[in-house]
Amino acid sequence: MVKSASSEAEISASSPKENSTVESQTLTRVNLAEAVYRSVGLSRKESAALVQMVLSELSDTLVKGETVKLSSFGSFIIRSKAERIGRNPKTGIEVPITQRRVLVFKPSNVLKARVNGQTVAEEEE
Amino acid sequence: MIKSELVQRIADRNPHLYLRDVEKIVNAILDEITKALSRGDRVELRGFGAFSVKRRDARLGRNPRTGAHVPVEEKSVPFFKTGKEMRERLNEGYLD
Repeated sequence: MVKSASSEAEISASSPKENSTVESQTLTRVNLAEAVYRSVGLSRKESAALVQMVLSELSDTLVKGETVKLSSFGSFIIRSKAERIGRNPKTGIEVPITQRRVLVFKPSNVLKARVNGQTVAEEEE
Repeated sequence: MIKSELVQRIADRNPHLYLRDVEKIVNAILDEITKALSRGDRVELRGFGAFSVKRRDARLGRNPRTGAHVPVEEKSVPFFKTGKEMRERLNEGYLD
């Protein structure tokens, strides 16, 4: 169920058990839909639609400039950047970088711990 | 917006689903991303962005209060790169 960009090359050599390769894999919406399908008794089609709905809701909220805080996962924050002078690194020519909004993700302590193989009690909002 | 509000908004749009099921759905999505990152995998969500893990080498840090040197072990940190469509949407009509 975990489909990987690198799986083709090693499919013949590795054991038939999926997800057993050491190489890093890339998950997509398909994998999230599968997780939703396993968690609630919905069809695969509806599971996929719900994944998209959640992502759209997150995007629409962020586009409005609103911060999204997902407890024990992390926060998505919109930052407004002022105009500044940049430089083309290849040519060295100065170019203005216009003011803009950027999206930053601040991982929660729980997520940071999990990525390091640790567990941490739930906390924060 | 916090998680409970996200759950509520999705539930409002899906009257045939119980609130607790919508909560399970949102948690299933976030848990799947967390599990992927803890394995060192990437999660690429076109139009939104991509989650990945970056390795930080061990370094000699300093206690900002005392100035004492403290060794910081090698570690991994979750990283999110905003997707192209999302980046564009954030700035549509934003420029004054």
